[in-house]
Amino acid sequence: MTSSAAALSLPRAAAWRQHPLAVRFTPIVTVVAALMVVWYIAAVLMNLSLVRGGFEREEAPYTTMELIAGTMEAERPLLPAPHQVAGAFLDGVFGYAPNAPRSLIYHSAVTLSATLLGFALGAGLGIALALSIVHSRVLERSLMPWIICSQMVPILALAPIFIVVLGAIGLQGLLPKSIISAYLSFFPITIGMVKGFNAPEPMQLDLMRTWSATSRQVLTRLRWPTAMPYLFASLKVAITISLIGAIVAELPTGAEAGIGARLLAGSYYGQTVQIWAALVAAAVLASGLIALVGLAERMVGRRMGTRA
Amino acid sequence: MNRAQLRLGFILSALCVLIPLLAPLPLSTDPVAALMARPTMFLLTGVVVLLFALAASFRRLIAILFGLAAATCMAVMTLLLLRDPGIDGTAASGFWMLVLGVWLAAGLCVMVLADLKPQVAWTRRALDLAIPLLFGITVFYLWEVLVRGAGVPAVLLPPPSAAAAKFVSSLPVLSGDFVQTFIRGVLIGYVIGCGAGLLVAILAHRFEFLGRGLLPLGNFFSALPLVGVAPIMVMWFGFDWPSKAAVVALVTFFPMLVNALCGLSASGHIERDLMRSYGASYSQTLTKLYLPAAMPFIFNALKINATLALIGAIVAEFFGTPTQGIGFRISTEAGRMALDMVWAEIALAAIAGMVFYGLVAAAERATTFWHPSIRT
Repeated sequence: MTSSAAALSLPRAAAWRQHPLAVRFTPIVTVVAALMVVWYIAAVLMNLSLVRGGFEREEAPYTTMELIAGTMEAERPLLPAPHQVAGAFLDGVFGYAPNAPRSLIYHSAVTLSATLLGFALGAGLGIALALSIVHSRVLERSLMPWIICSQMVPILALAPIFIVVLGAIGLQGLLPKSIISAYLSFFPITIGMVKGFNAPEPMQLDLMRTWSATSRQVLTRLRWPTAMPYLFASLKVAITISLIGAIVAELPTGAEAGIGARLLAGSYYGQTVQIWAALVAAAVLASGLIALVGLAERMVGRRMGTRA
Repeated sequence: MNRAQLRLGFILSALCVLIPLLAPLPLSTDPVAALMARPTMFLLTGVVVLLFALAASFRRLIAILFGLAAATCMAVMTLLLLRDPGIDGTAASGFWMLVLGVWLAAGLCVMVLADLKPQVAWTRRALDLAIPLLFGITVFYLWEVLVRGAGVPAVLLPPPSAAAAKFVSSLPVLSGDFVQTFIRGVLIGYVIGCGAGLLVAILAHRFEFLGRGLLPLGNFFSALPLVGVAPIMVMWFGFDWPSKAAVVALVTFFPMLVNALCGLSASGHIERDLMRSYGASYSQTLTKLYLPAAMPFIFNALKINATLALIGAIVAEFFGTPTQGIGFRISTEAGRMALDMVWAEIALAAIAGMVFYGLVAAAERATTFWHPSIRT
């Protein structure tokens, strides 16, 4: 009922409508446009009483049009209109020097460094755990259930403790945040890589045995290449999770810089536009990181000769 | 591991008990040299050595039972010794030899147990439970003994027994926090978010244009750090639980949308044709074919969301709460350096999360029993 019905309902559609790009992007653009319209209407409705209160306090006469225009550019709106958010985002990115404390690039860089360090730690730990689990039945049966349980612990709740403990040892700044994001991001990598290392078929493993390959050779020649798709799938999940970890780790630790600190400051001072701009920055960062992993996947895939 | 190695391991563990007893000179300065002065310790040492001897002379399962008994006795010895103020915090090498012996014996038992391949189903299930349990108990024991023996200040890392004692003594506070964060924030938000995600997925499946627009957007949004909206939600819905539920609902919405949409299109052409040949209406097809076929995907989302929901609620509490809730308590108690209370709250959250996850998994087993991943 799905694809055939759609094709039948447009018997005399213009040629551009059947263009693959149009088929792919028309629905997305429509839904995004609808969301924007809903956002504008919601912004008007939610900010209406705020703006009306402002007019009435000054006892100035106002028309409905002025009221609606006021909701579009309120100083501290309940819900800023999309163009306000975009303006604040662009201003934060291009309006200041990259190392100014009001520049979004500066805050993004702080969060990004914690994210990348945490991601590297998490990926290393995750792959190491997966390797030892694949090679040891003891670890598989004793450690694996605890790894799954570890994700039930709300690690973000541990963030303040990490800061206290690591601060007492003399570690400050980047590392506590990175450890939290590493703790969050190792899990999908471990799970995915255990699956990936076990992905070779018994026949392939038997073939390696007939060549009397050592377990190290089996690992480098067979298990690693087979695990590559799993690796990148889990890396994509892990890098977004480690970004979340880095942002959230900045909240309870009272960080002075970073996207999380920007969110916290915005919420303290009621600067809604600033919060939304920081959220947009986080979204841009997340999509950029995923795109980077995707790029690495394609490059590795090309070198390994997989079909694109 | 073969039998000779196992026997060697048990003999080594027995030596760990005997060294502080027989050769007190270089290894133990004051604490365990006084072992002779304690009749209970002397008795227990004898029992442990005897048990290890038995363990070394029997085969697999019986050997493990004796080894476990010996390890338990040694653990009791170390815990008894820790009650002595002369040892608590300033343990010397003789004490650590005992701990090493416990570790060695417990490790041996786990390794042998993991090698067993029982044929009967319930034994296998019991073993699957026993191995991680034994591993976990050993880890907690080592944590307890290391922290107390080495005298790590409680401000850095409290021993698990202190956290457990705090847990028991402050049950009213904990239950208040549990109700505030979990029942009100997490559960309500979880139901709203997952329900809305499922509804929108059904709509998007019914109207294909909407689906093709929503799926890429859903994928994009579920990769975003959505917990960042927590301050906005606190601003909109106030400090109490509605703002937490709103964050949880938003965080759980997109994984459910994406997974359910994927699941609703999982039914095959043949089944759909069959429904059409029965003359089934859309609602009949939905309830009899699409939704049952989507169940594994929906449960996948429910499980992912179970962990996301708790994180979302706790993060939202960082931005403002009434004076209750797991996240609130953790941040205030950590500020007061009362780390035993913090760990008690973490244990509470972990237990709640595990039970929640377990319930979802049990519901999955009960409703999607036909799926290959459960059947085998």
